[in-house]
Amino acid sequence: MATFSSPVSIDVPSTGQGGGGVRPPAYGGGGDGRGDGFPDYGQRLRRVRLGLAIGLTSVTMIFVSLTSAYVVRRGLPTLDERTNAYVRDWIPVDLPIALLLVNTALLLASSVTAELARRQITRQAALAPVRSIPGVSLGEDKGFPWLATTVVLGGAFLTGQWMAWHELADRGFYMATSASSSFVYLLTATHAVHLMGGILVLLYAAAVSLLNRPVEARRIVVDVTAWYWHFMFLLWLYIFGLVWFVR
Amino acid sequence: MATTATIHSHAPQGFIRKYIFSLDHKVIGLQYYFLALVAVFVGMFLSLLMRIHMVWPTAVLPLVGEIKPETYLSLLTMHGTIMVFFVLTTAPQGGFGNYFLPIQIGAPDMAFPVLNMLSFWTTFVAFVVILAAFFVTGGAPLHGWTGYAPLSALTNSGPGEQLGADLWITSIAIFCIASLMGALNFITTTLDLRAKGMTMMRMPLTVWAWFITAILGLLAFGVLLSAGILLLLDRNLGTSFYVPLVVVNGQVMGHKGGSPLLWQHLFWFFGHPEVYIAILPGMGVASQLLSTFSRKPIFGYKAMVYAIMAIGFLGFMVWGHHMFMSGMSPYTAFAFSLMTMAIGVPSAIKTFNWLGTIHGGRVRFQTPMLYAIGFVSLFVSGGLSGPFLAQPVLDIPLHDTAFVVGHFHLIMGVAAIFGMFAGTYYWFPKMFGRMMNETWGRVHFFITLVGTYSIFMPMHYLGMAGQPRRYSQFTELAYLQQLMPLNRFITYAAIVTISAQVIFVINLFWSMFKGPKASDNPWESTTLEWTTATPPPHDNFGGRTPVVNHGPYEYSVPGAPRDYVMQTDPATVASH
Amino acid sequence: MGLALLAIIWLITFVSTYFFAAKTWWLPHGASTSTVWIDHQFALTYVLMGIVFVAAQGALGLFVWQYRDQGKASKVTYSHGNTTMEVLWTALTAILFIGLNLMGSPIWASERFAPADPGSVPVEVTGMQFAWYFRYPGSDGKFGRTDPKLMDPSAGNEAALGLDTADPASKDDVVTGTMYLPVNRQVDLTLRAVDVIHSFFVPQMRFKQDAVPGLAIHMHFTPTEVGEYEIACAELCGLGHYKMHGMLHVVSQEDFDKWLATREAEKQ
Repeated sequence: MATFSSPVSIDVPSTGQGGGGVRPPAYGGGGDGRGDGFPDYGQRLRRVRLGLAIGLTSVTMIFVSLTSAYVVRRGLPTLDERTNAYVRDWIPVDLPIALLLVNTALLLASSVTAELARRQITRQAALAPVRSIPGVSLGEDKGFPWLATTVVLGGAFLTGQWMAWHELADRGFYMATSASSSFVYLLTATHAVHLMGGILVLLYAAAVSLLNRPVEARRIVVDVTAWYWHFMFLLWLYIFGLVWFVR
Repeated sequence: MATTATIHSHAPQGFIRKYIFSLDHKVIGLQYYFLALVAVFVGMFLSLLMRIHMVWPTAVLPLVGEIKPETYLSLLTMHGTIMVFFVLTTAPQGGFGNYFLPIQIGAPDMAFPVLNMLSFWTTFVAFVVILAAFFVTGGAPLHGWTGYAPLSALTNSGPGEQLGADLWITSIAIFCIASLMGALNFITTTLDLRAKGMTMMRMPLTVWAWFITAILGLLAFGVLLSAGILLLLDRNLGTSFYVPLVVVNGQVMGHKGGSPLLWQHLFWFFGHPEVYIAILPGMGVASQLLSTFSRKPIFGYKAMVYAIMAIGFLGFMVWGHHMFMSGMSPYTAFAFSLMTMAIGVPSAIKTFNWLGTIHGGRVRFQTPMLYAIGFVSLFVSGGLSGPFLAQPVLDIPLHDTAFVVGHFHLIMGVAAIFGMFAGTYYWFPKMFGRMMNETWGRVHFFITLVGTYSIFMPMHYLGMAGQPRRYSQFTELAYLQQLMPLNRFITYAAIVTISAQVIFVINLFWSMFKGPKASDNPWESTTLEWTTATPPPHDNFGGRTPVVNHGPYEYSVPGAPRDYVMQTDPATVASH
Repeated sequence: MGLALLAIIWLITFVSTYFFAAKTWWLPHGASTSTVWIDHQFALTYVLMGIVFVAAQGALGLFVWQYRDQGKASKVTYSHGNTTMEVLWTALTAILFIGLNLMGSPIWASERFAPADPGSVPVEVTGMQFAWYFRYPGSDGKFGRTDPKLMDPSAGNEAALGLDTADPASKDDVVTGTMYLPVNRQVDLTLRAVDVIHSFFVPQMRFKQDAVPGLAIHMHFTPTEVGEYEIACAELCGLGHYKMHGMLHVVSQEDFDKWLATREAEKQ
């Protein structure tokens, strides 16, 4: 074990803060009254939420750049070699609206169930200290499997997207048919990939619930994934809006 | 996810957990550093071959034989890509940043250690993928690190543009994901894990640099990822994002309506912040070292912080200055050029402040300081050729000539590297518990300083004389023949300088095992890494939590017992 | 060590500046109307940047020696900076950089914002891997239609451009691999590219412009001296990039007319 040497002792707690600015939270100490030895889950949750917000910024940038490419490409005339004139070659895609609306409803429902799962586990985590009091029993509260429902609905959305792609192909719009069709496939596929990532994490959260992890730790996973899931829903609304209204 | 594991306080056991899949930011930092060290030698070797070919095009070299024009271009492409991504974006940020950001803010590790480990191994995979491009049929791509479409988007535009180009794009895409993971970690850590008393305005400038660099990376790499995906689609699925109707060698290709300029806009929207990602950490190190070794607080700490923020912010608004000749609207060009001149201002502020730090100080000349001083000189030289290129009308004769090559190499290829050398010599005692050899450090410094100036300063003259860049040889244009002696001089300088880098590597590895033992604070520096043991224990501070009472650069404080006040010294010790 | 650093930094500065000042390697002799303004703006920039370069490197070298640690003799001035100085040099730098930029803007505007003069010589420049072709519209003043499907680079000239001979306007189009221009007359260039991005660079005309597939870019310049000028490609276009060069012959109006007439006659 390395020795610790310092010419001046460093951990004299200073009562004054000396210099303004944000005071960050200290380590250790549970926020739930169970005393030392338990990690501060409240702090962990805030930290992971912060990490998610930062991560979602980068996802946003991916879709900002795709949007900018979309808008520019749509308005861009290209040189027609034969006539020597600039022509716009953007063909509006014949989107299977009904199917996409159904998918949107499925994703909305999954967002609702994800939120219910999040609140469910929040309550369970809040009650955890009570459970640890000897002699107290709150009963076996399994509750409705909101998490599993979210996974199912998410899977249904992805299946619906798959069907939408087939419908597009049937209507003659393939990946390389036109710039507009390329973008429709690209935007929806990129969103689907990110949603799939979310489903995998939800499956992990569900699996983790079977392993005997503390509920507070499980709560962090479900909470952050649920927020991610809501973002994925809003992102879908945006993409759908873009390819429909900016046709 | 890392969430279920709290920041662990128990050191891992077993070789695999300790050294391969370590979650310890210090080990991960070293892994990034050594990856970059391998990459820089690959990159230097490629540039050596390039320089030899440029002046002796018919030479038959050992190991590689005769270099054909297309081979030259793939060496060029891979040199740029490997150096920019796997050296300049890896070592300063992933290497030193990973190792020292948590310690300098008083944290036991990064916010998300598992994510940190994943980001390194993803970078490693990206490196393997790009090296693979050399070995596939057709070889590595020839379209330059900037990969302009349609050259990069057509599989028949030249050798290496088939599987090699796909591997190149894939490697970069994997690298983007790794960088985004790293950026997330750095930003969360800086915002959420600072020790008590470590306010934002008490953070060392190295931390500010890593923090702003991470924000740049967070916002820029997603755009590169999108650009790369569109390129893969154009190449493999027949889409036409970037490719209009083109005819290659008499063959009409199936694309229609795409815009080559779209690639340039997306690429440079990433590409310009990328060059600031490459230089900001070096600026942070320079600030830290100039202050430490002048025994004076950094001149204008607040201004330095605002300057880093301004450079970061403005860095997103200047990308069009790479496109003045591209066919972009001249009105847009004018707007970009104004923003580009504006970004010169915070860079100038930093330079004045560095000079102001040395002024009135008490300068010590250990090797880290030599590199910091070299950094300032090189940054001035490389920076001042910027205002030429920033004016569109002067860009007309200078765009795509050796002038540009000289400009960006002086800053990225030398100043940034000097930042890494400086960081290495400075932090080596803390990482390995030993000192690097001073004498050989000085020899390496002087040879490298003179050598790199000899290589890259003459390129400005070549560029003014009209020598285009990315030419495999200069035999075809009469007006270039009079420039051959200068080109040969550069090649000789390159051979000498590259050879001299062996001194650094030997010093590095020899000192790790045989160097004189280091004390905990051999440079008498004030930041938190110097308050802890050498090397730092697993949780960085041996179970104790640092409490910060002072700013980061309290040197020569009147009334203080020594000429430096550690950040964790009691508040009663006099300071600002 | 401080002295060694001063010596090295000052030496590097001196040598670099010497070669700039001596113009040992410099912009080639310019032979276009834009030469005067571009070279003037270049000189202004380089003098101002040169002064900053010498001052900054000089100060760096001086300070590291002047403020070297001399043991007891050295006294450090503890200071966190000087706000007045910061404001002052920030303002001066901003004025210098932005002023320099604004001074160059009218040149850029005249080169690029305005279209070619009426009466300028129309020439279409097409870049392809790895050659330049130049097309003159002939007496009808119109460029004939080209068709990508008719392009055959191995046959050169008209075939390389895919000139559609069915179009009557094509009949008098002259396509050559060498560029001829009459002196003192503005040329109205249309820049095109067939496969990848190329760049039409004539150093002595102070002219450069990328030729981009999918675009027909209009640019102009005016040669002022008779002579032969090399054309280089200035955008990486593949393995033959280094040898994609051409030649511009600037001749008298008479000679130009004669040359064009000869070319047109050859087509019959």
